[in-house]
Amino acid sequence: MNNMTAKISGASVMGVPEKVRYKSPTARGRLPALIIFLPPALLLFTLFVILPMGEAAWYSFYRWNGYGTPTEFVGVRNFEVLFNNAAFSTALINNGLIIVVSLLLQVPLAIWLAVMLGKKIRGVVAFRLIFFLPYVLADVAAGLIWRFVYDGDYGLFAAIAGFLGVATPYVLADRDLAIYAVLAVVIWKYFGFHMMLFIAGLQSIDKSVMEAAEIDGATGWQKFRYVTLPLLGSTVRLSVFFAIIGSLQLFDLIMPLTGGGPSNSTQTMVTFLYTYGVTRMQVGLGSAVGVVLFVICVTIAFGYKRIFMRND
Amino acid sequence: MTYHHKATSYTGVRITALAAATALSTLFGTHTATAAQTVVKWMHVETVPAYIKTWEDIAKKYETQHPDVDIQLQFLENEAFKAKLPTLLQSDAAPDFFYSWGGGVLRQQSQTGALMNLTEAMNANGGEWAKTYKPAAVAGLTFDDKIYAVPYRMGTVSFFYNKELFAKAGVKAEDIKTWDDFLGAVKTLKGAGIAPIAGGGGDKWPLHFYWSFLVMRNGGEAVFEAAKNKEGEGFMHPAVIKAGEQLAELGKLQPFQNGYLGANWPQTLGAFGDGRAAMLLGFENTEPNQRKNAGDGKGLAADNIGRFGFPIVEGGAGKATDTLGGLNGWGVSKNASPAAVDFLRFLTSQEMERQMASEGMIIPAAVDAEEGLKNPLMRESADQLAASTWHQNFFDQDLGPSVGRVVNDVSVEILAGQMTAEEGAQAIQDATELE
Repeated sequence: MNNMTAKISGASVMGVPEKVRYKSPTARGRLPALIIFLPPALLLFTLFVILPMGEAAWYSFYRWNGYGTPTEFVGVRNFEVLFNNAAFSTALINNGLIIVVSLLLQVPLAIWLAVMLGKKIRGVVAFRLIFFLPYVLADVAAGLIWRFVYDGDYGLFAAIAGFLGVATPYVLADRDLAIYAVLAVVIWKYFGFHMMLFIAGLQSIDKSVMEAAEIDGATGWQKFRYVTLPLLGSTVRLSVFFAIIGSLQLFDLIMPLTGGGPSNSTQTMVTFLYTYGVTRMQVGLGSAVGVVLFVICVTIAFGYKRIFMRND
Repeated sequence: MTYHHKATSYTGVRITALAAATALSTLFGTHTATAAQTVVKWMHVETVPAYIKTWEDIAKKYETQHPDVDIQLQFLENEAFKAKLPTLLQSDAAPDFFYSWGGGVLRQQSQTGALMNLTEAMNANGGEWAKTYKPAAVAGLTFDDKIYAVPYRMGTVSFFYNKELFAKAGVKAEDIKTWDDFLGAVKTLKGAGIAPIAGGGGDKWPLHFYWSFLVMRNGGEAVFEAAKNKEGEGFMHPAVIKAGEQLAELGKLQPFQNGYLGANWPQTLGAFGDGRAAMLLGFENTEPNQRKNAGDGKGLAADNIGRFGFPIVEGGAGKATDTLGGLNGWGVSKNASPAAVDFLRFLTSQEMERQMASEGMIIPAAVDAEEGLKNPLMRESADQLAASTWHQNFFDQDLGPSVGRVVNDVSVEILAGQMTAEEGAQAIQDATELE
């Protein structure tokens, strides 16, 4: 905020001639506008963003079941309980795993498809639509569809296994496999979104650069490696940013699929928050998870923006 | 999903008739049809359409007698209901009354002042209202000498088995008296290539019945009550540990259908109804519910299903006649209208409870309403309940939402071989101490 006001006033200082500056535009021209337009936004922002965040931070120091007002101060015990909880460690690891898979599989897949579908070929729009379709689907609906696909009794997997004459795998009931089944759905669900970002990015690349590369005799790979990818840089950075933040907040896809089970093997931080905080009516513990998640997200978001997206 | 049954029942003809009636009443100045309406919001988790229909009919009957009352049924899915209720009860959108499993959850709600204290109303005129229910039902919904819910139904958890599959494997249900007999039956069934038990590890609570029963059979009432009230060794009592060890022993036999760790309760009932597993530890209404959840919608024929109580543990302090099961009531929110309370009395009256029993919906909490029970399996459950020496509410309800969920987790983990009996008992004890 401070940074921003400084920038704005800085701009006005530089852009406005001396004479006008001394007449103080702030007092005469901007103040009424500020008084009229700032309070509604400030009020809403405070009411729905700042206040809940503050409340969550406050609750995290109490043992509270959600009724009445919290009275039992327990200090940092909720955080201690949290970091000693095996399920929360699993959730952290899973969140990390989802980020890694998003970055190593999903984003490259999206770039590859975008490069293919960025060309002007017949039928390309139809393919874009098909690949984008999973993203349009509601997360819960997608989760339910895949629960059926993976179902070992009546689902698609059961049918395929029956056809091949092998024993049906119950992937969602298998502690070791379930998380990979979830990861597959995550990739399926979100690669279309990243693909669309990249297609938009590709379309903004100047055609003449590509032509120049062709005239210089660049191969397909060289064109991609030395022309497309560098020019797509800002889009890649943005896409990675979305992938990381989205991965950290993954929830609605997992609940209908596994609900965090079996044996908490598919918990993420947010499903952990729901299972341990909300359904067990331990608002204090849930708030502590919320605070940890918030700190991780903010650190990553600002850190990433500062390091990788400085020039974008 | 909201059932506004008044709205749904307006067919074209009725709308015309109603319009005509309204016009007439306006003409002649009778104001019955235009009287101010008290809306009574009734929140439930029932999914069987026939049962909801029965409730709607009862509501309609009441509305005919009380034209100024409009009863609206509101449905929430079981898990969503449990998660949403705390918030709902503290908001303006609180239902007038809602389904309750009693126990620690109800106690917690009562302590926060979110519920209406029904003691005075029930005990008025020398306990005229309270006396219409079985004493155990009223007692189970009373905390600190205050009644916090209107008794509705009682239930027992027991084993149901597929007679055909038992005969095929050569297992006789009558011979299963002890836990060892039971393990023997599991082995025999397994040997015959039949999955012995349908288990719902995805929802977790279907499997916590095993741990609960074993704790009851090993320790008896004294040990459980002490543990619940944080006295003595609590859940680290040797009898509780032994229960865990026996559970682990069952788990080692791999007694459940394939993929049981991912199966929710409807799928579990389906596995039993499809004949994919021979036994199910379930509620008194298992017979109708397995039908609904079976792949073909028909399930097992009623005469193909037998029932036996949870076996005893040799040397354990618990008796074969100690029962585990539900005690359900209707919790009334603090600001509920008098009409809501009056309707509840009507809904749980002997006459209505008898009718619901005759439809196989419930084992009634009202006195002398059992004769309505026509379903023989339910009748058996009711008789077992009547002879109960100790009726224990579901552990995950009785111990409150937080410890209860840990019991559910632990039961599944022990069965799956992910946790030892000691680790499980320790986890539950830790959770109890945090309460």
